[in-house]
Amino acid sequence: MHRHLLSAADLSLEDTLLILDTAEEMSRVADAPVRKLPTLRGRTVVNLFFEDSTRTRISFEAAAKRLSADVINFSAKGSSVSKGESLKDTALTLEAMGADAVVIRHSASGAPHRLAHAGWLHGSVLNAGDGTHEHPTQALLDAFTMRRHLRKGKGDLAGVQVAIVGDVLHSRVARSNVILLATLGASVTLVAPATLLPVGVDKWPCSISYDLDSVIGKVDVVMALRVQLERMSAAYFPSAREYSRRFGLESTRLARLREGAIVMHPGPMNRGLEISAEAADGLRSVIVEQVANGVSVRMAVLYLLLGGAQLADIEYKTLVEA
Amino acid sequence: MSSYLLRGVRLLGNDPVDLHLANGVIAEISEPSKKLRVTGAKTIEGDGLIALPGLVDLHTHLREPGREDAETIETGTRAAALGGYTAVHAMANTDPVADTAGVVEQVWRLGKEAGFCDVFPIGAVTVGLGGERLAELGAMADSAARVRIFSDDGKCVSDPILMRRALEYIKSFGGVIAQHAQEPRLTEGAQMNEGEVSAVLGLRGWPAVAEEAIIARDVLLAEHVGSKLHICHVSTAGSAEILRWAKSRGIDVTAEVTPHHLLLTDEMARSYNPLYKVNPPLRTLKDVQALRAALVDGVIDAVATDHAPHPIEDKDCEWQAAAFGMLGLQNALSVVQQTMVDTQLLTWAQVAMRMSTTPARIGQIGNHGRPLSPGEPANITLYDPSVKQVVTEAHIVSKSRNTPYLGMTLPGAVIATFLRGNPTVLAGKLTR
Amino acid sequence: MGTTQGRIVLDEGDLSRALTRIAHQILERNRGAEGLLLLGIPTRGVQLANRLAVLISNIEGLEIPVGTLDVTLHRDDLRLRPARTLIPTLIPTSGLEGRIVVLVDDVLFSGRTIRAALDAIGEIGRPAAVQLAVLIDRGHRELPIRADYVGKNLPTSLHEVVKVSLKEIDGDDRVTISEVSNA
Repeated sequence: MHRHLLSAADLSLEDTLLILDTAEEMSRVADAPVRKLPTLRGRTVVNLFFEDSTRTRISFEAAAKRLSADVINFSAKGSSVSKGESLKDTALTLEAMGADAVVIRHSASGAPHRLAHAGWLHGSVLNAGDGTHEHPTQALLDAFTMRRHLRKGKGDLAGVQVAIVGDVLHSRVARSNVILLATLGASVTLVAPATLLPVGVDKWPCSISYDLDSVIGKVDVVMALRVQLERMSAAYFPSAREYSRRFGLESTRLARLREGAIVMHPGPMNRGLEISAEAADGLRSVIVEQVANGVSVRMAVLYLLLGGAQLADIEYKTLVEA
Repeated sequence: MSSYLLRGVRLLGNDPVDLHLANGVIAEISEPSKKLRVTGAKTIEGDGLIALPGLVDLHTHLREPGREDAETIETGTRAAALGGYTAVHAMANTDPVADTAGVVEQVWRLGKEAGFCDVFPIGAVTVGLGGERLAELGAMADSAARVRIFSDDGKCVSDPILMRRALEYIKSFGGVIAQHAQEPRLTEGAQMNEGEVSAVLGLRGWPAVAEEAIIARDVLLAEHVGSKLHICHVSTAGSAEILRWAKSRGIDVTAEVTPHHLLLTDEMARSYNPLYKVNPPLRTLKDVQALRAALVDGVIDAVATDHAPHPIEDKDCEWQAAAFGMLGLQNALSVVQQTMVDTQLLTWAQVAMRMSTTPARIGQIGNHGRPLSPGEPANITLYDPSVKQVVTEAHIVSKSRNTPYLGMTLPGAVIATFLRGNPTVLAGKLTR
Repeated sequence: MGTTQGRIVLDEGDLSRALTRIAHQILERNRGAEGLLLLGIPTRGVQLANRLAVLISNIEGLEIPVGTLDVTLHRDDLRLRPARTLIPTLIPTSGLEGRIVVLVDDVLFSGRTIRAALDAIGEIGRPAAVQLAVLIDRGHRELPIRADYVGKNLPTSLHEVVKVSLKEIDGDDRVTISEVSNA
């Protein structure tokens, strides 16, 4: 891999398979009597969360602690940041505290890039979500989940058909997923009203559709994205009802999914808007599992970034099976 | 005042001549390849340097009054002199805004006192740049600063009624409204050019149509009321097309382009480095090529720097938090050489037209952009196109550091700048 | 630095006889196969554990559980090299609780791999006992670790390299020792 994980675009197929295979191993720890490995003992991981996100932060915290790293949580509210301290000064403080890795979530696209390249920190930077740009560990855990259900937890995702439905324009999860799924050989279709698709999306490695019903029966995975109601006032769509009717994953669409297809959502969900309760809680839903997989995937990423000396030259080895 | 003998300089790139500057004017010019015999003059060996009329910038932000942490009139005009400029027009978005005779006179006076180049203040179109009420344009025109260009640059005069009134009002004293074309509703929260790069980077886009729609509206308004319009920092191919159409109809519109829009594209934003964040944003390669072509065929009349200094903390941060703007005065001529002369698109004579003569005409300043002939004011720039330099922070003379050319190798260097016969720059350095 | 052509210290026949003897020794020491569990340490410990399981099964007529124990995450030298690829750890469904776990590895050298294996086992469960079977013990222990079952004791110098080849991986069965020449 590399010194940082800033974007899914930085990961080659080899890198991605290495992370997913390592995550499979890490997931065993969750079931072991002693849920701890000594691997990152003495390393300090800082969770630098400028945006509220209990779920992702806890996931990273659990991952780091299971590897015996020391975890420091820094959330923006009530800290010096909310009093106007700059990103740079925050970074310099963390550097002085000896952070080996900084996991950053920020509302500004590109903030992790600045943190990684401005020369303020020596450690690794992990993007936990920056503005509307990317959320690479989310895409990794989504791919991990898909692989378990559709490819028995091994290899790539060649031939898997994925539909991502919702506010693509503002979604960092969508961007990272489109990139990573293409790397893994899956076919992605983005489904959304044209107002919620970015200019330039026709150059992305995926197809576009404005009609969920024509796509739903042909996919192995349907991933619903959160739609924010504030988008209504900015005229992205006229009403929640119209959005739900045209793009919501509800029971009729759920029933048309093909055999073995799964339902995913990065959370948090607007039950009743982009996804019905039936779809969210039904048999095809792997949403809860996504959360658990998040810890394993983040353990794998932390191990690969911090567990050794330098990661650039790892060769992907065929794994031995007993 | 000393007199100067410039030996063997190539006027507008032609055969070498000797120039004698005395008493603030060009006293004598020799025949091509001949020498002048002059006593009591300081001699400067021209050695094949290009001699241009002192450059005139239609669009500079000197930040004083109000933002002296970023730049002052003194430091800004020092940068201008080092860039070969003898006159700059200072934009009105200071604090307080230059919307009264008092503020424009202060800016004009500070420019005179600093003495590095002539400063011609631009007056705001609306009070406080608020876009609601016309400022006292007449008072500013009649002031000692003799303002002729009015602009709310930084903001667009987006209210069509206000723009119409402004265009009509300036007819009384032959002024010109310089529009910063940016439809505000289409660009709320915009960070960079809307296109493939912004889609990938997750930065809110600034669509080209937001500039083009305002230009289209304003050229029609200018035609309708029979007034003079100038478009600041044209940045898109579509804008150039609209200007071409407008000029073909005989509409009295002029336009400027910045050096950075002739060289850089939105690909620079991929690094998320806010040095490349500017308004209007860097666009695509097609836009760059169209702007160059428009500058060649005169659809775009002039190069203007839009020199926009910002203190370090406003650029050393994440993109969204950063200010818009780039330095431009010091490297403008080098960038024009690289993009327009070395590419065989323009001759030096044509560069002089676009960076001196025409800007002076648009700004209605009589003593600049004059022909290089005996009797004319000695506002002259000597330039060496043969060297190459890497742009480093150490060379920056401005108070701020936000140059997008950091680390790039650019051709050429200003060797000397004369303001009415007095050197502000000699041997590539400021004289004081 | 290069290696000279190795000399064979165990050929196919020697290897087979050694493994057979170890199988008998395990059964003798533990008075049968009841409660036994073999854990192979990758890479070649896995094949050796599989072979021992077959041998034991042939002798006792009892299938004993076999698994794989990857010790990478418990190594004490992780920071010296890029992060290593993990190999799946596969613990038989019977688990380790109360079992007699026999760790199987090809070469016992400094003892650090076995120390890591003991830590890894500790986090999975609590066996009744842990024993160690190795094909080759080449000496130079850096920790107080010793093997219960040894195929061959091979005194070596630190300039020598011991290579175990197994049919399943390398195409043939042999153990060679070669000089590492100083540059």
